[in-house]
Amino acid sequence: VTRLTIDPITRLEGHGKIEIFLDDQGDVEKTYFQVPELRGFESFCVGRPVEEMPALTNRICGVCPEAHHLAAAKAADAAYGIVPPRPAQLLRELMYCAFYVTDHTTHFYALGGPDVIMGPDAPVADRNILGVIRKVGLEVGSRVIETRRGGHRVVELIGGRRIHPCTAVPGGMTKGINAQERAEIEAIARQMLDFAAFSNELFATLIADGQTRDLLLGDLFRHETYYSGLVDDKGRVALYDGRIRVVAPDGTEHGTYEPRDYREWIAEHVEPWTYLKFPYLRKVGWKGFVDGADSGIYTVAPLGRLNAATGMATPRAQAEYERYFATLAPPTNGVRPPVHVRGAMHWARLIEMLYAAERMLELVADPEITSTDVRAMPTQAPTEGVGTVEAPRGTLTHHYWTDADGLVTRVNLIVGTTNNHAPIALSIDRAARGLIRHGVVIDNGLLNRIEMAFRAYDPCFGCATHSLPGEMPLEVVIRDPRGETVGVLRRGD
Amino acid sequence: MIETRKHRFAMYWASACGGCDIAVLNLHEAILDFAERFEIVFWPAVMDTKYADLEAMPDASIDVTLFSGGIRNAENARLARLLRAKSAILVAFGSCANEGCIPGLANLATTSGLLTAAFEGPSTDNPDHIRPAAAFHAPEGELELPELRPLLATLDQVVEVDYRVPGCPPESERIAEVIGLVGAALDGNATLPPRGSILGGGKSTVCDECKRDRNSKRIDHFTRLPLLASVDADVCLLEQGLPCNGPATRDGCGAKCPAAGAPCIGCYGAADGVDDFGARLLSAFASVVDASEPEQIDTILNGLPDPVGQFYRFSLAGSLLRGARAAREATQ
Repeated sequence: VTRLTIDPITRLEGHGKIEIFLDDQGDVEKTYFQVPELRGFESFCVGRPVEEMPALTNRICGVCPEAHHLAAAKAADAAYGIVPPRPAQLLRELMYCAFYVTDHTTHFYALGGPDVIMGPDAPVADRNILGVIRKVGLEVGSRVIETRRGGHRVVELIGGRRIHPCTAVPGGMTKGINAQERAEIEAIARQMLDFAAFSNELFATLIADGQTRDLLLGDLFRHETYYSGLVDDKGRVALYDGRIRVVAPDGTEHGTYEPRDYREWIAEHVEPWTYLKFPYLRKVGWKGFVDGADSGIYTVAPLGRLNAATGMATPRAQAEYERYFATLAPPTNGVRPPVHVRGAMHWARLIEMLYAAERMLELVADPEITSTDVRAMPTQAPTEGVGTVEAPRGTLTHHYWTDADGLVTRVNLIVGTTNNHAPIALSIDRAARGLIRHGVVIDNGLLNRIEMAFRAYDPCFGCATHSLPGEMPLEVVIRDPRGETVGVLRRGD
Repeated sequence: MIETRKHRFAMYWASACGGCDIAVLNLHEAILDFAERFEIVFWPAVMDTKYADLEAMPDASIDVTLFSGGIRNAENARLARLLRAKSAILVAFGSCANEGCIPGLANLATTSGLLTAAFEGPSTDNPDHIRPAAAFHAPEGELELPELRPLLATLDQVVEVDYRVPGCPPESERIAEVIGLVGAALDGNATLPPRGSILGGGKSTVCDECKRDRNSKRIDHFTRLPLLASVDADVCLLEQGLPCNGPATRDGCGAKCPAAGAPCIGCYGAADGVDDFGARLLSAFASVVDASEPEQIDTILNGLPDPVGQFYRFSLAGSLLRGARAAREATQ
């Protein structure tokens, strides 16, 4: 057996590692995707006051602290049995939508999107934000910066700080916003909506190019999994609150459930060779690293959310949603199948960016958005609560148990990227099998395809471990059966 | 034409959340000026990083390295040593590198406790009680994972640190000041303070930056936010009975949390001249408590249900209380 080790250059930091074993014919026998980091939040949050959990769990991830902050606040609301006043819910969702536009902007223009914008064959030196600016113009570059600055400003106005917000507490928020702040947020939201619309148009022109379209939307990374995401009462994509809808690989509904019932629907499989678990659908079962209707592997994040929903709740996003499905998954026998190709995640992400910006304008126009009635008091001792939001990288669930004084006694977390752990492993395996035959390795092709697979998912091992999304520098070490290195491939060589 | 060499800059995350990197990116337009002045030679968050190139760099050839994150496993420690060797100025950047931050609370637990919480969790399907191990014999060959260290260590428990930038994360305005100062010093136009100094932090406490009114009111009990029906928007939170860490915490953050109605949680670390955050906070709390007898004080302090979290929320790993000695031993 020959062994390939694909190891981020950062293997010495523990970001993630891929081991590929070849059989005697030189074909792929098995791949292992290892996540070698564990920080232990489930353990050391025990004993802390539950009202501190939104501030403590922020520190799981500095890329998406807003998601952890709000999932924690919702779990603490539920533990106390409090429903926050409507203005508090509006404020939380408004902050969250601003964060979504910001995060998706960062991904499309700086992290995963350069593959699309520059084309997969562009020199490595150009497949980054600077290359993007050279291609689409400095003006677009400054709009990216403006959008990110605006998003962080909204998070600061509502959340109190730009990174690791502090205002969501059990029962609501510590503060509201005044009329002047509301007006500032509205102006930012208008700019964000223009930029989201522009980004969708840009994507349409990019995939008009046949080669880009084939590589992005072709079948290399096509896995027929289940899909899961939060939906509103009409089955449309929801980010801050809702029920979870799961569809099967043929598009039929597997089930819809309240997030607090997640343990009836989701279980997490453990492998002894990685610190990250593999969630799967309990009612289907863990069948190993295979796709299809008999395997409980499901996909989340933009691809999962759009597949699991029946539409978008705002008009311009709905129009894009219809175009997306008409293009990628036309109905057969009246049933709309899910989009299975992973490269479609870039498009789905931009549709969500449009939705989040449109939703900001709805929220900021709500007469109650400047209300000072932003916190409700508990009327009972806390016990147990589940809080779920859609993080940009997938459904995020915080589950706390407390004693009667509100000190945490047990914590369970299922973070966004973790849900996609098994699908990411499938894509890595697909890349390896597609590109290694009879011992022949397509060197740079392998690196590029695997990197593209990663970047489409926008994995955030910051949540699971600590790496920013998108950029996963790879190094491939080829070893003979005795473990001796016989060659090294590195991106950029 | 004379070309001036750009200063060589590196940034690295060990066991971190990425918030420090985002805080630097949030310089927004100023990041372009930064790129004019500095050549980024190593920064995994934003650029393709060739680790072998880092190893090949001459010692002390990086002018300044911002190091964020704690030292959780052997790999974090190895990178800390490597970057120490390659950097003329090594900056412990952010709370994790300086004092352990929230993940440092893991030092209250054992490694097996961390693993049990993660792998026997309420939604985990693990009938065989599997624990990921540093070495695993897969049918096809050996697989390895980096071993967790028994305690999370701060950067200065592993290598010598030149400067410290506090905050979780450091505020972007402070980062701009620090980068401006370091750049000017490298140009020969400014002088850096003595080694070991804090950069990007104030000389006082969060209370001095806080705009809330203090009336020297004493309190007869501590309360908790969910139990306090009405929080006065203008009055000191501590005087309203909420345990606020402002009196022991370094200024420089702008006192944003108390301004937003949330008590200071202490993310800027111990105020200037304070060795032990918890001891200083305890004495600050004692000074506002309306009691004279030790028993009364004890009763009031019983209103703080999570003392270790309250007094060492960010600083446990770096404190004398827990971690430092054992972490040094683990390093040796």
